[in-house]
Amino acid sequence: LFSFLPERSNLAGVRHILLVLSGKGGVGKSTISTELALSLRHAGKKVGILDVDLCGPTIPCMFRVQDSDVHQCDSGWVPVFVDQDKSISLMSIGFLLEKPDDAVVWRGPKKNALIKQFVADVAWGDLDFLIVDTPPGTSDEHISTVEALRPYKLLGAILVTTPQAVSVGDVRRELTFCKKTGLRVLGIVENMSGFVCPHCSECTNIFSKGGGEELAKHAGVPFLGCVPLDPQLSQSLEEGRDFIQEFPKSSAFPALAHIAQQILDGASQRSS
Amino acid sequence: QVALLDIDICGPSIPKMMGLEGEQVHQSGSGWSPVYVEENLGVMSVGFLLSSPDDAVIWRGPKKNGLIKQFLRDVDWGEIDYLIVDTPPGTSDEHLSIVQYLSATHIDGAVIITTPQEVSLQDVRKEINFCHKVKLPIIGVVENMSGFICPKCKNESQIFPPTTGGAEKMCQNLNVSLLGKVPLDPQIGKSCDKGQSFLSEAPESPATLSYRSIIQRIQEYCDQQHFQEEKII
Repeated sequence: LFSFLPERSNLAGVRHILLVLSGKGGVGKSTISTELALSLRHAGKKVGILDVDLCGPTIPCMFRVQDSDVHQCDSGWVPVFVDQDKSISLMSIGFLLEKPDDAVVWRGPKKNALIKQFVADVAWGDLDFLIVDTPPGTSDEHISTVEALRPYKLLGAILVTTPQAVSVGDVRRELTFCKKTGLRVLGIVENMSGFVCPHCSECTNIFSKGGGEELAKHAGVPFLGCVPLDPQLSQSLEEGRDFIQEFPKSSAFPALAHIAQQILDGASQRSS
Repeated sequence: QVALLDIDICGPSIPKMMGLEGEQVHQSGSGWSPVYVEENLGVMSVGFLLSSPDDAVIWRGPKKNGLIKQFLRDVDWGEIDYLIVDTPPGTSDEHLSIVQYLSATHIDGAVIITTPQEVSLQDVRKEINFCHKVKLPIIGVVENMSGFICPKCKNESQIFPPTTGGAEKMCQNLNVSLLGKVPLDPQIGKSCDKGQSFLSEAPESPATLSYRSIIQRIQEYCDQQHFQEEKII
C-alpha cells in the first residue's frame, strides 16, 4: 500500500504568506486579518485566510460562513469560499466543530498535529496572499506554524498592538519571538488608536496613543499605521459585511487601505 | 489577605499593572516569596522571572504546565483569604492544568470576562462550555468595554456593539449570572500603564462603581459557598 503524496505541495500556488501576530489578546488581530484580506481583494488579489486560533476561531464568523462544512478532494481539504467569485477562501477549526459553542479543550501536542495538517493539507490552489491569523502568545501554535511554514514563501509577520503600554509590553516579546525564529517583521499596526465621537467629533484616546509607533521606532521595524476605533467597523464585521466596500468614508478606511498598500509594495519588491 | 497569580506565561501583564515592573522573586527556606504591592496583596508572575522586558517565553505546553505547578507548589503565600488566578485567553494547557492542579482543593469558581460583540461572545460560550466540562463552577460573567461616554458631549456610543444582545442575552440563554457591565474609561488604561489603582485614581468614575458592584457580588457568592460548606461540616 502506498500513501498518496500530492504531486505538488498544496502551498506551491501561494505567492506570499503572511502571519498576523500579537503578544496580547483582544487587540484586534482577527479584525485586522479580515480587513487586510478585504483590502487585498479590492486590489484585485486572490486571498486565503488560515485561522490557527484553535481555541477561539473567529474568522468564519467574520465572513458569516460559520455554518459551512469542509469537503475533501484528492489533494486534501477544500477551503471554504466566502463568495461566488472565490476571491477569498478560508480554513478554520470553526468549520470542523459539530456545534459552534463546542470548546476545543486540547493540550499542545494535539493542537500541533492539527496545525501541521492545516498547513499541508488544505488545497488552496493559486493564491496571491495567504494570511495566517494566530491566537495571542508565543507558544505551541506559533512555534508549530512557523516551523511548518518554513519551506514556503513566508513574506513575514505583521504585529498588532493597541496603543497602551500594557499591550506594547507583550508585543515586545512577540518581536523577540520573530527574531528568534528568523521571522521577518513587515511592521507594527497600532489598532484601536483613538475614537472619534460620532455626536460631536471629539477624539478620545480610550486606549492611550502612540505606543505602537514608539515600539516600531525602538525596535527598528516599519510602522504600518494607526487604525482608529470605529463602531461601524465592529458592526460590519458582526454582520459579515464588506467594510471596505461599504465604508470608504469611515475613519478606519484610509488606515486599513494604507496598510494593505504597504503589504502590496513589500510583496512586489520581494517578487522582483 | 489577597494573592494574585498570573498564569499568562507568554503575556504576563500583571507586574506592570500592579506597578511592580522590574521586581524580582526571592527564595527562602519556605519557598518563593510573592512580590507584595501592599501588606495584604501579594503577586506572582513569570514576569518577575524575566530579566528584560523584551524576553519572550517561547515554550510549548508541557513547560508552561511545569511552571504553573511550581507556582502553586513553591510559592509561600502564607494565610490568604482570596487567591485570584489570571489566565490567558483560550481553553488549553494553562486552563486544564490549573483546574487539574487545584482539584485537590476547592475552587470557588470562575469569573468570565467578555466584551459585548458576538465575535467575543462566541469564544466565551466555549469558555463556559469548558467550565462545564471540567466541572468548574461559574460565579458569573462580566461584560467589559460596555459602552463609552464621550467626555465632551456626554453622549454614549457602543464602540463594540452588542449586535446579538451582548452578555446579558448570552447569560439568560446559558443560565449564568451576569455580574455586571464595565464601561470604557480612558483612565483605566492609563492607570494600568502607570501601575496604579484605577479605583483609587478615579473613585467617581462609572467604571469604578461597576467594578465595586461586581466585586461585591463575587464576595457574596464566595461567602455563601463558605457558609454552605460550614453547614455541611
